[in-house]
Amino acid sequence: MTHVFVETDAAGKVTLTSAEAVTFARTHPNLLPDGGSATPRGVAEPPSGSTEGVVIGPLSDSAVAELGRLGVSVIHHLEHPDLEAYSAPAWAQAIVDITPESGMLLASGTPRGMELMAHAAVRAGARMAANVIACDEEGLLRQVHGGTAFERLRLDGDLHVLTIAGHACTPEETTPIDPEVYDYDLTVAEADLATRVQRTEVEAADDASGLTSARAVVGAGRGVGSENGFSEALDLVDHLGGALGVSRVVTGLGWRPHAEQVGQTGSRISPDVYIACGISGAIQHMAGIEGAKTLVAINTDEESTMVQRADYAIIGDLHEVVGAVNEEIVRRRG
Amino acid sequence: MNVLVCIKRIPDIAGAVTLDGTGTGIDESGLGHAMSSHEECAVEIAIQTAAATGGTVTVLTVGPAEAVEQLRAAVAVGANDGILVEAAAPSVFGPEDIAQVIGDVVRDRAEAGQTFDLVLTGDDAADTGDFQVGIRLAYDLGYPVLTNIQTITVADGDNSSGTDPGGGERSSGSIEARGIGPDGTEIFALDLPAVIAVHEGGVDPRYPSITGRMKAKKAAIVEYDAPEPGTGNPRIRLELPEVKASSVTILGEGPEAAPALVDVLEEIGVIRP
Amino acid sequence: MASVPAQASVVVVGAGIVGNSLVHHLAELGWTDIVQVDKGPLPNPGGSTGHASNFIFPVDHSREIADLTLDSMRQYKELGVFTESGGFEVARTEERMEELRRRMASARAWGIESSLVSPAEVAEKVPFLDPEVIIGALWTPTVGVVDSVRAGTMMRESAEAKGALTVSPNTEVTGIDVDHGQVVRVHTTKGEIATNRILIACGVWSPRIAAMAGAAIPLTPAVHQMISVGPVPQLAARPGEISFPIVRDMDTFCYERQHGSDMEIGSYAHRPILHDPDEIPSIEAAKLSPTEMPFTDEDFDPQLEQAVELMPEVLSNPDVEIRYAINGLLSLTPDGPPILGESPQVAGLWSAAAVWVKEGPGVGRAVAEWMTNGLPEIDVQGADIARFHAHQRTRAHVRARTSEAFNKTYGIVHPSEQWSSDRDVRRSPMWQREAELGAVFFEAGGWERPQWYESNAGLVEEFGDAVMDRSAEWDSRWWSPIINAEHLALRQRAGLVDLSSFVIFDVFGPAALDAVQAIALAQMDVAIGRVVYTPILDERGGFRSDLTIMRLDHDRFRVVTGAAHGMVDVKWFADRLPDTGAQIADLTSSWTTIGLWGPRARDILGELTSADVSHEGFKFGTARTIEIGSLEVLASRISYVGDLGWELYVPMESGLRLWDVLFEAGQDHGLIPVGLGVYSTTGRIEKGYRAFGAELDSERTVVEVGMSRPKVKAQDFIGRAAHLRHREEEPKTVLCSLTVDDHTSASGERRYMLGGEPIVAASGEPLVDGHGRHAYVTSAGSAPSLGKHVLMAFLPPAEAVLGNRLQVVYMEEFFPVTVASIDSTPLFDPDNECIRRQP
Repeated sequence: MTHVFVETDAAGKVTLTSAEAVTFARTHPNLLPDGGSATPRGVAEPPSGSTEGVVIGPLSDSAVAELGRLGVSVIHHLEHPDLEAYSAPAWAQAIVDITPESGMLLASGTPRGMELMAHAAVRAGARMAANVIACDEEGLLRQVHGGTAFERLRLDGDLHVLTIAGHACTPEETTPIDPEVYDYDLTVAEADLATRVQRTEVEAADDASGLTSARAVVGAGRGVGSENGFSEALDLVDHLGGALGVSRVVTGLGWRPHAEQVGQTGSRISPDVYIACGISGAIQHMAGIEGAKTLVAINTDEESTMVQRADYAIIGDLHEVVGAVNEEIVRRRG
Repeated sequence: MNVLVCIKRIPDIAGAVTLDGTGTGIDESGLGHAMSSHEECAVEIAIQTAAATGGTVTVLTVGPAEAVEQLRAAVAVGANDGILVEAAAPSVFGPEDIAQVIGDVVRDRAEAGQTFDLVLTGDDAADTGDFQVGIRLAYDLGYPVLTNIQTITVADGDNSSGTDPGGGERSSGSIEARGIGPDGTEIFALDLPAVIAVHEGGVDPRYPSITGRMKAKKAAIVEYDAPEPGTGNPRIRLELPEVKASSVTILGEGPEAAPALVDVLEEIGVIRP
Repeated sequence: MASVPAQASVVVVGAGIVGNSLVHHLAELGWTDIVQVDKGPLPNPGGSTGHASNFIFPVDHSREIADLTLDSMRQYKELGVFTESGGFEVARTEERMEELRRRMASARAWGIESSLVSPAEVAEKVPFLDPEVIIGALWTPTVGVVDSVRAGTMMRESAEAKGALTVSPNTEVTGIDVDHGQVVRVHTTKGEIATNRILIACGVWSPRIAAMAGAAIPLTPAVHQMISVGPVPQLAARPGEISFPIVRDMDTFCYERQHGSDMEIGSYAHRPILHDPDEIPSIEAAKLSPTEMPFTDEDFDPQLEQAVELMPEVLSNPDVEIRYAINGLLSLTPDGPPILGESPQVAGLWSAAAVWVKEGPGVGRAVAEWMTNGLPEIDVQGADIARFHAHQRTRAHVRARTSEAFNKTYGIVHPSEQWSSDRDVRRSPMWQREAELGAVFFEAGGWERPQWYESNAGLVEEFGDAVMDRSAEWDSRWWSPIINAEHLALRQRAGLVDLSSFVIFDVFGPAALDAVQAIALAQMDVAIGRVVYTPILDERGGFRSDLTIMRLDHDRFRVVTGAAHGMVDVKWFADRLPDTGAQIADLTSSWTTIGLWGPRARDILGELTSADVSHEGFKFGTARTIEIGSLEVLASRISYVGDLGWELYVPMESGLRLWDVLFEAGQDHGLIPVGLGVYSTTGRIEKGYRAFGAELDSERTVVEVGMSRPKVKAQDFIGRAAHLRHREEEPKTVLCSLTVDDHTSASGERRYMLGGEPIVAASGEPLVDGHGRHAYVTSAGSAPSLGKHVLMAFLPPAEAVLGNRLQVVYMEEFFPVTVASIDSTPLFDPDNECIRRQP
């Protein structure tokens, strides 16, 4: 059987990645050599279902229902005053305590999921595989080298601890089950609280240039023509409340400061959208924008790397196109 | 405060990779080698922390003889010395083995009089991505551990290098660490010694200066031989994903296409009201 | 995705500086339907152009390279992408100062403005350079930087604007179809192109593309390390990309070049790091670009310290960071020059490879002209792809020689310097005997050739001062007074010369006469048995070669030419045969040749054969088969050393026997083995014999080199019309022989010029001929029979006056010289009595 650590958000809703992890667990057979035993390690009664959720902290009715729709038959609900603030060892121990000695324990590959599974693996004396994307008769398949390659592997031992790579599968609802919720009387060791979160700050800070934190970055290369050729790009930056990023050539020519350089030798950025204006896509530059969620290219050359790698492109002169985009934004604002 | 940073020599890939003849590794010919970006940040944090406390930075790696290049790269930006645990074929080691090897070396260094108040690793290595060496190392050393940390501040009144080489209870001061949590930045306060796994993004790793690089060439490197792995690597083979073709949507040509782009930007939600 | 055109007049592979320049010049010359493909994106497809440091120093010891560089600078300036910065080549050692004096000589010889300056003068222009570290520098004010990517884009776009060119980036060549030895089709990832010409201009990948057609472009990708450090406050203080002169730190094989607020430091000092074209990562797999390979720190570490020594103020600043570091790939060839022209292996397969940014546009123009009418304005024969012998195209040879050559990039290379790697590839049948005689072997075309014999060391004493010994180390490096002693012994007695390295090929068949007649300037319709020395001209009347042709039969001619240029001659003839009726057979490895010359040559040969070898019975300029013992020998009575004797040809396997027989019979006559030092320099220079590649090239005419004959044959031949015109014109330049009047330098040491030195007026003013060429020494060598050191040089006609007193500049000192011959009249034995040696 498979236990899935489920994260819920502030509203008590199951997170997308946890829903993915649950779906992954339900749709992949338990591939332990003997199919896994039902003997519990801790205090729980032997559960009967095949996919079981583990929730730490408040458990809302909607989460129970949602997990039921995702095919979870049992929810292990772990609640304790000492678990209110996150401390990885304490949380991991609580999970280990209700995890059978044989089976699979998994979580989504989030920072929490990764950290908890690693602690749990050590504490349960198990091996762990991170960023798993598939699981079949041959064993596990996981992402390595940043996702450019996959590793086929087989873990030994009776308990396998996994994290599931983000987007390895799509959450999928099934015939709804009404999950049984098990509550536990927990004890938390004092020693496991040394690494407790003291407080949480909601992001507000901004880096100096805004480049690495901006949601929208407008990129400009030598194609702007001169030191004075950035006006359209800067207007667009203004309309987007974003930042300007430039290629190495531009800073090399002294047209813009180095702080604005994006690429191998400048900043690596991961905005929601990167709009490359007149940048052909030198490999040095591409290395800096790999993290952009959406890539837009404005370029005269349809064959350029930037256009080929982009999600959206406009073929044309950057000054004309960007100017028209600015006008259109102003027009729509009315 | 004396800081140990554990780094790993990894192939510095850009995108597409090919497999080597055995099918269990990638073809590294033509590839450079580096340390992972998490580790670059760990080195930067270590340098800043040591500078703030008058301490030292030692870098350690378990890897082939060539991994000394990564140790020297760390020295070039400000680390003081290095420890090379030579393993001719690092790929036969599992994460449990690596943690064990590092733990043994840390204990051996303590016996030799070199102790560390803070042990830094990256969250995971860019090649294997196991995300567990730092945590397993902490358990092995009996230290508390944090992961996903982006910055570290030494708490006031730090008793730096207040060490007890005998291995008993010792307080090397305390730190405040800030890391990535699901709801924002999480702040931890921690007594040392401890293991902290760093996630990139909190600091800007510096480039080496020429004089730094010259110093690196002469830096002392302590060498160990790694023992045979006890647990081993569960890898069967590597596979390559299918190549994705260009999926660009051409919105149009020239200024006439501007409205289509504005539609896209509106959909993403980045246009200022 | 767009597909490539189905047909093209030529497919140009590569969109770096060379390919872009080529399409521009082809379009300028009227070509249409050109297709240019590159596997990378535009404007920087990821080849060596994209990471080039883009600076140009015009001074080079090679005239051909200097010409291409100067033409390229002119083109870059026209495109508006050239920024003049000036450049220093600094010396830390006296040995390097000597080299800078020689570079100064090359600057004067090619008419490039340069001067030798003091450390203080360097520091004045580069204030952050420590003048204490250097002892002097060569300053070239015209040094500058270019934007080679921008230049290429403009040239490519100009061809597109003409409607002559279709460009297809992101298009990889996947195959080349060859039919009957001729390119017919190019396969690409975007379709097939029917064409009968492919022009390979894709740098480090060129061998890979050529191999698809079964041809070789023998170059290897090699690493040149470069780092960029910054920001440097001293550089940032001035605007623009470059405002300080570029510094080449010659002794450390490094350069420092400003790039905005960064300083780029490049090195040729590290170990040779060679790659295979197939190993270069794909664009997708490359971290930076495919030719920006991962930096290997340890190779660069020593250079860092040296760079800090030179520019401590900027480079030891801890805020100046190493922000970019690459092992950049460039192309190296086994002998140095680029690889240009049509492959001798596959018709229609052209190469323009192993070219630096500084030569790119010039090469583009030259190769485009070559493809258009066979006549590049700049003589690029030293770069002809046809020059390679078979073994020189092998991977092992290329790797061995380029490994050896890499550190010579900034090295001090003696003009006679010999390779140490991949030797002993071709040995004559007499090699063992020669080795036993203490032969000092020099190499040509892979052949091991005795330059002189240590067994002749005793002759030095015999001839005393007449051997003109040299005390200066540089003058005597790769030289021995034994050469001059062998020369004198040959002139007095007899010498035996191993000439196995000759390239020999037969032109045969019913149309053989027509074939050679149409190629050679000299009359080839001669009696069977005649030996004809003839210039080979191009359509413009310039020299393509000079060689001898024996008429062996009514339908068979045997061409004998030198090892260095012979492979090019083979292709020149092969390309110009009629469609039917004549063929070529390369017999180089079938025949060995032994030269027997000297006043006793007839006596020696006479003892060994019953054939009539008298002056009347075996006339000069004839060849026939004679018996020497049990050997059938083709004897040819000619001479390149200016003395009585024969070239004796036997099958390779009988060479040793012939050598032994001649050597033994010669003992009573004082015969000695004589090396190529005599054959290729001293013997010819006192006879005024011209050498291809030194005096003879495509730029100078038959008239200007003093080789025109009283009549021009009636039959047409290549270059005839031009030659007839030249005979009517006043020559623009005149090839002269000069003697050095006083060898004494300021230090009192006698100095001997080696070639390449400028000739100036008695006033010190440069001499410029009608071609715009400055006068320089084309060949230099001892003339032991005259007791003189002789120089050959082209002079402006007004200066070509017997007895005219001029000066030669050697190591920046002026030595008096006198014009001693203004035509081909030999200084030694002007009436050629020695060749007759009638009893």
